[in-house]
Amino acid sequence: MSEIENKAENGSTESAGEGTAGEAKDDKGLGLGVIFFIVAFVACFLSGTLLFPKLLYSKKEQPFNFDHVLHADEAGDCETCHSLREDGSFTGIPKLATCLDCHSEDVLGETEDEATFVEEYVVNEKEVPWHVYSRQPDSVFFSHAAHTEAGGMDCISCHGHIGESTSSRPYEENRITGYSRDIWGKNIFGIKKHSWDRMKMDDCAACHKKETGHQGYCFQCHK
Amino acid sequence: MKVDRRSFLGLGIGAVAGIAVSPMGMKLTDDSSIWTQNWPWTPVPVDGEVTYESSVCSLCPGSCGISIRKIDGRPVKIEGLAEYPVNYGGACLHGIAGLQYLYDPARVKTPLKKNGDKFEEISWDDAIAIIAGKLADIRKSNSPEKLACIVDKEQGSVSGLFKRLLKTFGSPNFYTMPSLESYLELTAEALHGEGQTIAFDLENASFVLSFGAGIIEGWGSPVNCFKANASRKERKAKLYQIEPRLSNTAANADKWIPIKPGTEADLALGICAVILEKKLFDSTATTNFKGGLNKFGALLQKDYTPSKTAEITGVKASDIEKIATLFAKAKMPVAVFGKGRGDGAQSLKELAAVHTLNCLVGNINKKGGAFVQPKFKYLEFADEVMDSIADKGFAKTKTGNYVNQLIEKLNASSQPVVEALFVYNANPCHSLHDPKTIKQAIGKIPFVVNFSSFLDETAMEADIILPSHTFIERLEDVPSSAGLAKSVVGLTKPVIEPVFNTKNPGDAIILIAKALEGNVAQSFEWETYEECLEGMAGEIWDSLSEDGFAIISEEVPSESVPVNISFLANNPATVQAQGDFELTLIPIDNMRLISAGVSVSPFAIKTVSDKVLKGKDIVVDINPLTARGFKDGDYAMLTTPKGTVTVILSMNEGIMPGVIGMVEGLGHTFDNKYVSNKGINVNDLIGPVIESGSGLDAAFGIKAKISKA
Repeated sequence: MSEIENKAENGSTESAGEGTAGEAKDDKGLGLGVIFFIVAFVACFLSGTLLFPKLLYSKKEQPFNFDHVLHADEAGDCETCHSLREDGSFTGIPKLATCLDCHSEDVLGETEDEATFVEEYVVNEKEVPWHVYSRQPDSVFFSHAAHTEAGGMDCISCHGHIGESTSSRPYEENRITGYSRDIWGKNIFGIKKHSWDRMKMDDCAACHKKETGHQGYCFQCHK
Repeated sequence: MKVDRRSFLGLGIGAVAGIAVSPMGMKLTDDSSIWTQNWPWTPVPVDGEVTYESSVCSLCPGSCGISIRKIDGRPVKIEGLAEYPVNYGGACLHGIAGLQYLYDPARVKTPLKKNGDKFEEISWDDAIAIIAGKLADIRKSNSPEKLACIVDKEQGSVSGLFKRLLKTFGSPNFYTMPSLESYLELTAEALHGEGQTIAFDLENASFVLSFGAGIIEGWGSPVNCFKANASRKERKAKLYQIEPRLSNTAANADKWIPIKPGTEADLALGICAVILEKKLFDSTATTNFKGGLNKFGALLQKDYTPSKTAEITGVKASDIEKIATLFAKAKMPVAVFGKGRGDGAQSLKELAAVHTLNCLVGNINKKGGAFVQPKFKYLEFADEVMDSIADKGFAKTKTGNYVNQLIEKLNASSQPVVEALFVYNANPCHSLHDPKTIKQAIGKIPFVVNFSSFLDETAMEADIILPSHTFIERLEDVPSSAGLAKSVVGLTKPVIEPVFNTKNPGDAIILIAKALEGNVAQSFEWETYEECLEGMAGEIWDSLSEDGFAIISEEVPSESVPVNISFLANNPATVQAQGDFELTLIPIDNMRLISAGVSVSPFAIKTVSDKVLKGKDIVVDINPLTARGFKDGDYAMLTTPKGTVTVILSMNEGIMPGVIGMVEGLGHTFDNKYVSNKGINVNDLIGPVIESGSGLDAAFGIKAKISKA
């Protein structure tokens, strides 16, 4: 008999022997294994749910605080600052020129934010580099006019009650995509309670299906 | 309990299951897909307010109205301007790529001064001071005529300011580059008298007899010509194209008449002979002829009979008679000159002979014919303030009549005949024949100032560069000039803040003039070029600034003009191609390339076919009968008396046997990776041949041979 065959034979006997003797050991091992499984499962699930979003998003403060309530009271409505241009395109966040319709180099209010605005931006004629919570990826075409004018929707349906905020919450930027957290929604599971909680493609499609009877075609938004 | 590998297995499975159940996997998948669809390194156009501004393109003499689309004030696209009375909404590929010139890698970003072989940056103040100092020295030495200037065109306020600066300084040496405009004026001067120019009413003509004019290859005002040609079928008008190669225009014509290169003048005279012989001419029109119509007729009957003309030109005698009859009997015939784009070398004999056809059939100043009228003037310059030095200097004779003569004088003399040279919007070191001798001549001038926006071949030779705004950044009046039937002035407007530390050339001249003090400064009393233009434009300023253009005249001129036939009656010699080789190399104009002024844009050069430029190698057209022993696509050595280059042969039955066609506008050597070092500059292979009598460089080509590479 060759050495190899010997080894093979011995090996098989050993393993067979261990197999019978190992059943009791297995039980203990399985018990520990279950505990390890549960511990690892809970730890990873919690880190995937609680820690992961903290790692995925970086928080950025807006250049200075903006009080929507104060401005909406003065201006009367959203459209004064967030308007449609003649060609139907949307102005988005107003440019400095629009701000200067009311503001000037004389500080209007008493807040520190107003002072920052005037000193850093108005005086230097520099646009305020706002972070836009609701900016969609560049691959998405979206027409505000089609929704608000033709569809008769209000701002709140998609933007929520931002007009009632008195301060600017931090902007959370996805480190991978570079886009705002508001697109996926605050809830990391993607669960939403309100129509404005999440703005993914499925949300567009669901609303289109409900309102128009069809979810729409690819090229309508991805041109 | 013992921790064994199964425990760890439990740990691993638990971890995987935990992650799998958490939203992490789903979220990362989603994010990575978004990431891959929006690569962060791919530039994305910034969103913003869309506005349109109208202006005028001044890349070529075509002067088309353009509409510039801007996003939040940044120009992003150029389109044709629908209401502009030259191009009516059309635009060519060079115009739509015009924004690329703003960010061209060869742009001069700030004034430069040559130090040894290199340029160093200097301030505007220092540059102006250096120029004023040098010019003052020249003036002090009592030879102000030694300041010369080469610009692209005669018309327009910027050229006017250069001319004014020279005159008040005391120099008559103001030169323009050869252009269709200059040839039109020259022909008009030879046949009708000084101060006149010629235009062709292609939009209405019923029979266009084109002597090589590339009507859809950039001749005249290109977009206007495209439109006139496009409407030809509807108007049932005919186009006969006479040239050695089946160009796009020839392919589009009703008939292509192949002709031996350089014999176009002979064919035109042969047609004149048939018209006179068969009495097909307009007898009222011939009463305006002076200078020896009989002598001219006798010459034609002797030397230009159909059979003799056929022998010279290679066009059948029966065809010559047929063309003459069709042309003379057409309702609105017009004969058009200016081979290719019309700005290359031409002989006055050819220009005059072709235009004599128009004069003979009596279509001068008639709808669909040729318009002869005074050069249009729309700017009112106040009188110059002259001092004795200026008067004396300005009264001296010009060093040469044309740029090529100036170059010749410079090279012939051991003493500098020119002490200082200004160059604006011209690149003679690339676009004139034999650039090597041009560089040599410019090198002899002690002080050269270039106002170019780009560090092109000629700017490289300068001592000081005062960079100009591009046409996107500057204010300028742009007169229509290139043979257009109506006279329109457009206003190029700045649509963006200057990208670099450049100036409007008009402002730069005013600064130089002010620094020179004395009578020169007194002649330039404007604070800015804008003030100057507004003042000079006078009555038309309102419509220029409000509508963007002013139509000076669009009516058919009514005057009857005299025709002086003496130049042709004296039987001027036909220019022959230089050299003893068997073949003839001719330059070809291609709409996708630019051969004068600015160089082609990165976008436009990418549109050139690989039958013209393959990789970095130039492709030449040759008839398979001429290139026996070669296959299509073979490399070959092309030799002319000026040098030898390697080319790729394209077998083309659409070119006459014995002729090689090489495109113009390639072979740039300056620092622009998109445009330079591609192909060969055909001008490197052709030397100037001066036409006796006119002094023009009339080298239509050069003798050449090919051999195995």
